[in-house]
Amino acid sequence: MHSNQGQAAAPAPESVKILVAGGFGVGKTTLVASVSEIPPLSTEETLTEASTDIDDLTGIEGKTTTTVAFDFGRITIQRDELVLYLFGTPGQDRFWFMWNELAQGAVGAIVLVDTRRLQTSFAAVDFFERRSIPIVVGINHFPDSHWYEPDEIRAAMAIPESVPVIVCDARNRRSCKQMLITLFEHALARVPG
Amino acid sequence: MAGQEARWYDAEAGPLVRPFTMTGGRTTPATPMLDITTQVVTVPAVGERINLTPEGQAIVEWCHHALPVAELAAHLDVPLTVVKVVISDLIERGYVVVRNPTKTALQDPGADLLKRVLKGVRAL
Repeated sequence: MHSNQGQAAAPAPESVKILVAGGFGVGKTTLVASVSEIPPLSTEETLTEASTDIDDLTGIEGKTTTTVAFDFGRITIQRDELVLYLFGTPGQDRFWFMWNELAQGAVGAIVLVDTRRLQTSFAAVDFFERRSIPIVVGINHFPDSHWYEPDEIRAAMAIPESVPVIVCDARNRRSCKQMLITLFEHALARVPG
Repeated sequence: MAGQEARWYDAEAGPLVRPFTMTGGRTTPATPMLDITTQVVTVPAVGERINLTPEGQAIVEWCHHALPVAELAAHLDVPLTVVKVVISDLIERGYVVVRNPTKTALQDPGADLLKRVLKGVRAL
């Protein structure tokens, strides 16, 4: 009858999300952990491989499920008002389909690059460029990796001049904070008008 | 009672996979458009909440302060698909309300929103 006419629910903050992409082991979770106010949480999506004919009941018996895990963290920008979420994308290539759901509504992305394996991050740059999602490329140097200048990486990966490419350290909070600042400055500069 | 059974296990459900037993075999939430960052908030109860699953009970208890879909899935240690079904049920029964990411954030984040976030990350 009037069962829901009690007090109003607490206010829900506005949420904004960005993605942290790059190949497996490039430092995505490390970056999220460096800036998140909570230890990174892990969640998973279970996906059922679509059978060729969904109306065929015999196909249901043969369907298989795949589990994709991804990490995320949170930064409260204004208490009860605005929260920023950082989602690390699944690193393996075969989980690309998961990126579409994660990228839905994302205001930007950080693409981390391991200079020893450029090709894994190349695909990520392409993915966001195609969807007009603003990105910043962060070169995460590892102790045993050769030092490259940002311009060398830009040339090697054919990254457009408009995309910021910076050297970073995913373990360092200040460095990660700088990447976030660069990303949002870049996203803001792209807003028309 | 028999009708309740029939609703939970229809022919299309196929063999039940373990995580989906808590959603009655359904893998598609009745309420569409729950994003991973959709905020869930409990509606303060007047009467008793009945027939809640343990997961539903936990969500209702936790969401007196807003929590997003992804965090609920992580805390419950269940796949996102499952938590979305549970949340949809809670919405239908009036136990929780949700706030989706604003349309501007989904399609074209306004300069104002980006400025607010930028100010926030500078202050980190």
